[in-house]
Amino acid sequence: VIRLSSEAEAPEAAPEAAVEVDAERQAMLDTLTAALGDGIVGTEIAGGDIWVRVANERWHDAVSACKTKLHMDYFCFLASLDWLDNPTLAGEKVWGEPPAEESTADDAATDDAATDEAGSDDAGSDDAGSDEAATTEPTEVDPAEAGSTPAETGPATGVAGGDTRFQVFARLYSTRDKRGITLKADLDEAAPTIQSISDLYAGADWHEREAWEFYGFDFTGHPGLRHIYLPTEFEGWPGRKDFPLLAREVKPWPGLVDVEPLPGGGEDEETPAQTAAVVEGGDAQ
Amino acid sequence: MTTTADWQQATYIAGQAADARINVELETEGMTLNLGPQHPATHGTLRIVVRLDGEQVVWAEPVCGYMHRGYEKLTEVRTYPQVTTLVNRIDWLGHFCNEVPFILAAEKLMGVEAPPRAQWLRTVFFEMARISNIMLFLGDMGVQLGAITPVFYAFRDREHVLNLMEAVTGGRFHPNFDRIGGLKEDLPKGWIDETKGVMKRVRDFCDEMEDLLMGNPIFQQRTRGVGVIPPHVAAEYGLSGANARASGIDVDLRRDEDYPLAWKEIDWKVWTHPDGDSFARYWVRLQEVRESASMIEQLVDGLPSGSIQAKVPRIIKVPAGEAWVHTENPLGEMGYYVVSKGGLGPFRCKIRTPSFNNISILPWLLRGVFVPDVIAILASLYFILGDIDR
Repeated sequence: VIRLSSEAEAPEAAPEAAVEVDAERQAMLDTLTAALGDGIVGTEIAGGDIWVRVANERWHDAVSACKTKLHMDYFCFLASLDWLDNPTLAGEKVWGEPPAEESTADDAATDDAATDEAGSDDAGSDDAGSDEAATTEPTEVDPAEAGSTPAETGPATGVAGGDTRFQVFARLYSTRDKRGITLKADLDEAAPTIQSISDLYAGADWHEREAWEFYGFDFTGHPGLRHIYLPTEFEGWPGRKDFPLLAREVKPWPGLVDVEPLPGGGEDEETPAQTAAVVEGGDAQ
Repeated sequence: MTTTADWQQATYIAGQAADARINVELETEGMTLNLGPQHPATHGTLRIVVRLDGEQVVWAEPVCGYMHRGYEKLTEVRTYPQVTTLVNRIDWLGHFCNEVPFILAAEKLMGVEAPPRAQWLRTVFFEMARISNIMLFLGDMGVQLGAITPVFYAFRDREHVLNLMEAVTGGRFHPNFDRIGGLKEDLPKGWIDETKGVMKRVRDFCDEMEDLLMGNPIFQQRTRGVGVIPPHVAAEYGLSGANARASGIDVDLRRDEDYPLAWKEIDWKVWTHPDGDSFARYWVRLQEVRESASMIEQLVDGLPSGSIQAKVPRIIKVPAGEAWVHTENPLGEMGYYVVSKGGLGPFRCKIRTPSFNNISILPWLLRGVFVPDVIAILASLYFILGDIDR
């Protein structure tokens, strides 16, 4: 059972191994396609990893197929995703090249909208929801409007795509083949419901409780969805993007003040004056 | 005559049986025992509600959330360099190990790779954090079974390892040392010689624990055959790390995954144990500390020279995409599923912590065991509350 690690993989065989692994993942995908047919709605094999997005009603079948046909015996995690754009969060703040574009610094970044638009143009991602929301009051994002924007399909909803605001994704792993897979499924926004996989993997029980607690997803067939971290009396779904983070409401994100120019920094970096200008308008509440 | 005697005997037996049933029914009223939230066996504020029938557990339910800090939500309002400060506090004993998978995930999305020296040093600190983490377990397991002495040895000798960390990073517990593209600083002068001395002490400590605890008949009786987890159950619950290897699952991400770190370059073993009981979990961790000490000695000997920081932009922006990076942390498999939309911070960061899965097995595992064994099982599963609650 015990074996030496360094003898297993010779360094010079690494490029060939990478190709081999991708072929293996393609074989995994073929097995799943044979089992699920048109239940698979999106796939991606990249960077030594595989993503498979399945239809909501085939979620249980897909996990079951992974367990039985792909020998995925190890349950890693199950988690949830909310693709709503919330411009008050740093994750969506695309600042582009702030020193380069706004180097005049007289009017620099008077509000969030200007900065966000500049940034998203630069990044080339379709942040339609973000732009709409930024022009209005950031805290008053209408979830229905932003979530149903057709521009959200495509790269904005991540690897293997997505059609709705909510997604569930689970990671399974084979301790025999030393390979993992990420399964995804879309959930309806008004009534996010999906089958429970806790009958297949006992470890999914707590993860589904967590997903229910933070995102309000209903797992049909789960033995008992109840709070796991938060108090029983807690109301609301705090993981969702439209749930305000109270610490940030009280004290907004300070913007680029965190990135201090180093003494004697490179010529392509911003000057202190520019940083100050960005910070001033940086994160108007 | 004989028939009468048989009839009398049968009546007597039936009466006894009825009495016994009543007694049983009286006893099965049961008792609910609240273990925690503060208890030396729970490494923090975990509460376990156990319903007892006499000395036997019939039902157990861990109640977590006393230390929930909402890190997954907090990462969404922080930039990538700021997140490492947070994640240091997830498993506070395995400090540096929490930073590495997050940084690797960000680097994977950015297409940046740290220079070789940074990769080797990351591996050194990774293993050092593992040693300081598991050393405490090796002593702590004793104190929870009633042996007070080992934990003092553990604290004493762990301090040497923490001093090494402090000498490099400036922080004993929260180094916050890993950067996207490399490390914050290079090693101070004389550090490597000191490290070799400390690694010798670590190995002496392991020998000491083997003599003090593992050879002790009381320790063996309290742990052998207690809390046996079969491999398929362990995998289904997502048990990882030493808990899985003690159940005979031959999985170690350091060997199985391809990282831009130095584990492939050195000679080491993955230790497994077929028993799956509390003793096996202790045994596996003890071997791992020895293995880590030898890994560090090899790593500091073969340390490549050169830069410790790749060229990255001053303002870190991670291209849109999704990356999953998991590493073999002291407590088990820890991973970050980072979703980026091209911003300054993660759009969503799922933090997969080992302890969460490791204790989700407790309702299954504690059923039918005796109260003192509950403590032994909790101790041997080895969880950190910050790692459960995040």
